[in-house]
Amino acid sequence: MPVDCLEMGQTLTARIAGEVDHHAARDLMARLGREIDAALPQKLELDLGSVSFMDSSGIAVVLRSWKRMEQLGGSVSLRKVPPQCAKVLRAAGVDKLIPFVD
Amino acid sequence: MKPTNEAKLTFLSRSANEGFARTAAACFAAQLDPTLDEVNDIKTAVSEAVTNCIVHAYPERLGMVSMRLRLFEDNTLEIVIKDSGVGIPDVERARKPLYTTGGDDRSGMGFTIMESFMDTLKVRSVPGKGTTVTMRRQVSRRLNA
Repeated sequence: MPVDCLEMGQTLTARIAGEVDHHAARDLMARLGREIDAALPQKLELDLGSVSFMDSSGIAVVLRSWKRMEQLGGSVSLRKVPPQCAKVLRAAGVDKLIPFVD
Repeated sequence: MKPTNEAKLTFLSRSANEGFARTAAACFAAQLDPTLDEVNDIKTAVSEAVTNCIVHAYPERLGMVSMRLRLFEDNTLEIVIKDSGVGIPDVERARKPLYTTGGDDRSGMGFTIMESFMDTLKVRSVPGKGTTVTMRRQVSRRLNA
């Protein structure tokens, strides 16, 4: 699962591409965990613009990153959320916890 | 009501088959000329049901998962996903939002998503024998452009 990470000041942007299902989730969670722990950012931006499919496994991925950022006293935002991902994330109320931004 | 078309797939409970199963279901559903949103809902529900088989039905071993797809005259797609795994002791509890036995890796939203993305969801499970999930979704009829 391709993930591109970019650090700019206190912000870590992770651009995720492809299908976020159970098959991909474990590696993706581990990768994001490593990136967050290496950068220790104040802000994490998860860019979902190139995610072509997401199921509830993606909810766990997003929440795991959110929890880690909470521990660090930082924040998370979700960028360019495609409609299919938005519907899945909203079903779990993720939008009430993490802002969706363009 | 008699089905107008039917297909059946059987595959091993490997996580690589999650993508295969949802894509196959989407291809079969294409006969109904669904909207993109409808296709996405169907793919998401299939992904959840198949993931449940892989994660929960066969936790320590690989087993077979079957998926039967049927179309009916009223533009309804029926999807039956069946395993011969460990079964669910308390289906009512398993269907509750956020309930999971899968730990931190899982969100506990699988059945909730199947329920809200499809028109109907039926779950039958016998501990030690397996689980059958039946979902239906009526696809809107579109006027010809």
